Amino acid sequence: MTAPAPFSTSCPSCGAPIRFRWAQAVQTTCDFCKSVLVRQGLDLTKVGQQADFPVTASPIQLGVEARWGNRTLVVVGRLTYEWTRGRWNEWYCRVSDGSSAWLSDAQLEYAITAEVDAGRPLPDPSTVSVGDVVETDHTRYTVTSLSQAMYIGTEGELPFTTSGREHSWFADLLDASGGFATLDGSESPPLLFVGEYVSWTELRATGAREFAGW
Amino acid sequence: MVTATVPVRATTLACPNCGSSIALHAQGWAVTVACSSCGSVLDALDPNLRVLQEHAMRLPHTPAIPLGTRGKIRGVEYEVIGCQRVAIEVEGVEYAWTEYVCFNPYHGFLYLSAYEGHWNVIEKLRRKPSAPSGSSRPAITLDGRTYHHFQTAVARTTMAMGEFPWELRVGDEVKARDFISPPFILSAEVSDQEVTWSRGEYTDPSDIAKMFGVPSIDRRPEGVFANQPNTHVRAARRVAKVGGPLMLVWFLMLLAVILLSQRDEVFTETYTYDRTRGEQNALVTGPFELRGRTSNVRITLRAALENDWTYFGLALINDGTGQARDVGKQLSFYSGRDSDGRWSEGSRNGSVTLSSVPSGRYLLRIMPEGGEPIGDPVSYTVSVKRDVPAYSHFVIAFFALIIPMALVWAPVIGFESRRWMESDHEGALLNFPKDEDGA
Repeated sequence: MTAPAPFSTSCPSCGAPIRFRWAQAVQTTCDFCKSVLVRQGLDLTKVGQQADFPVTASPIQLGVEARWGNRTLVVVGRLTYEWTRGRWNEWYCRVSDGSSAWLSDAQLEYAITAEVDAGRPLPDPSTVSVGDVVETDHTRYTVTSLSQAMYIGTEGELPFTTSGREHSWFADLLDASGGFATLDGSESPPLLFVGEYVSWTELRATGAREFAGW
Repeated sequence: MVTATVPVRATTLACPNCGSSIALHAQGWAVTVACSSCGSVLDALDPNLRVLQEHAMRLPHTPAIPLGTRGKIRGVEYEVIGCQRVAIEVEGVEYAWTEYVCFNPYHGFLYLSAYEGHWNVIEKLRRKPSAPSGSSRPAITLDGRTYHHFQTAVARTTMAMGEFPWELRVGDEVKARDFISPPFILSAEVSDQEVTWSRGEYTDPSDIAKMFGVPSIDRRPEGVFANQPNTHVRAARRVAKVGGPLMLVWFLMLLAVILLSQRDEVFTETYTYDRTRGEQNALVTGPFELRGRTSNVRITLRAALENDWTYFGLALINDGTGQARDVGKQLSFYSGRDSDGRWSEGSRNGSVTLSSVPSGRYLLRIMPEGGEPIGDPVSYTVSVKRDVPAYSHFVIAFFALIIPMALVWAPVIGFESRRWMESDHEGALLNFPKDEDGA
């Protein structure tokens, strides 16, 4: 099956125009009525309703362009999580080389991660403990922190549907040379995202949100 | 597109506990906010500011930098949005400092700490230092720099006001392990869930005062702080930079003198001093030749003295020019036996050195005089050597070099000892700090 090309359609709930910017997007949220819409072929189905978006502020917003080494990222979607010690955003990005990546913003600490094939089965993050070793075909990681996070908001286009998901386990991993990865338990088998921390200066973001007084 | 509630400068809300107004400068980022009036800790993520901890502490506290003040740190503008007092207890004594939360909506959070006028700019680290192997004392490395363990203590939050990007509660305790490599300090905060690392950089109070426009901050800090750069090191290293090569020159010259001195014996002869003959004891030796470069000449006298003394008047006479250089040497030797056993005083031999004697033909005039009135005739030997190693200049030069070095290094060591006195490793003073400019 070929991936559907970016296309325009309308919201099945309120009729407002919906434009997909990302061919692989599976889910989007209507800008007007906040209906959460899932795409199957060319059909859009309403699977939920996004309540008032929770209070989280981020200088990143849909449409922001940022640098990732010599590649460019365009932000097309957002997932917001809450855990015991606050909230964070995972921004779904289209990468200039045709791949996709996540730009996370946890209280203004930024990281870019991309899914990597571990080459072998990985443990579910709900079953590991801090200090455990997680090995992939390439790297030997140590679990540095564990969190169970709740989905509290979604915006824009996402590569999967959040419908039916409430919370998920995440394990943060570090390798001996300081490389960082996340074990994502939102799917079974779990997914491995490998990434790097970046500073706001390094991101050289354009189209960022402006804050009055700053 | 969903537009989250974006703070427009400060949002003002009422404290649900005491009704005072609370300015939120980082709404959406802050997790907890502490009311400056009643000290209650509130949930900053809750639109109604749910009370998490009521009347949590004694107020007021007047922070040196008022909340809401902005300043530029490393080229980025930050606003001070929160401050907490943190205390540790060491051997029954409480030490408390103030920590400030600084915020920029793009760059995130930075922290300041202030203790007795000592300031640090602190950033959270997202990578971990590594422990080097084979270290005698606990140490860690980060970015090629080695940090030595300074102190481990339980740090407790005793007061909080304003906004914090974490779930703060007054009374929170973390185990803090500090490692230093001035001007930097690495701190590991160990809580139940995880270890978080941060790096502080010692910053001059005058710089902090300028950054935030608070002149009262610019005062002289008390004592020596853990990661305060040892400013005496710079002067000491400058002296060492000159003194080190000079020591090397000193050593090479000494070596050259030892190796290159020819020590030629040019004359030796034995005579007798008979004091009954008075001035007839004066004599002039046969001529001897000094060959080679201009060098020193050492005249050595050995006299068979027994509880007696003799003064030798000497003159080295250049046979060609008639020029004479007069010197004198007294020898005396006494010995005996008393209740403590054998004793002796003085010496039967001695020498005198003349410097810079050019080559040529020379004579030596010897005039022995004095001695005990009723002594026997004394047999003595005169020998003349040219180009012998002489060390007195080297001894003087050695002290001339070592004294300034000792003078500049003493304050360095004093500073380090005051630093480490406050640590868990009191004996560890000889941990010389790196030069601040990284040299």
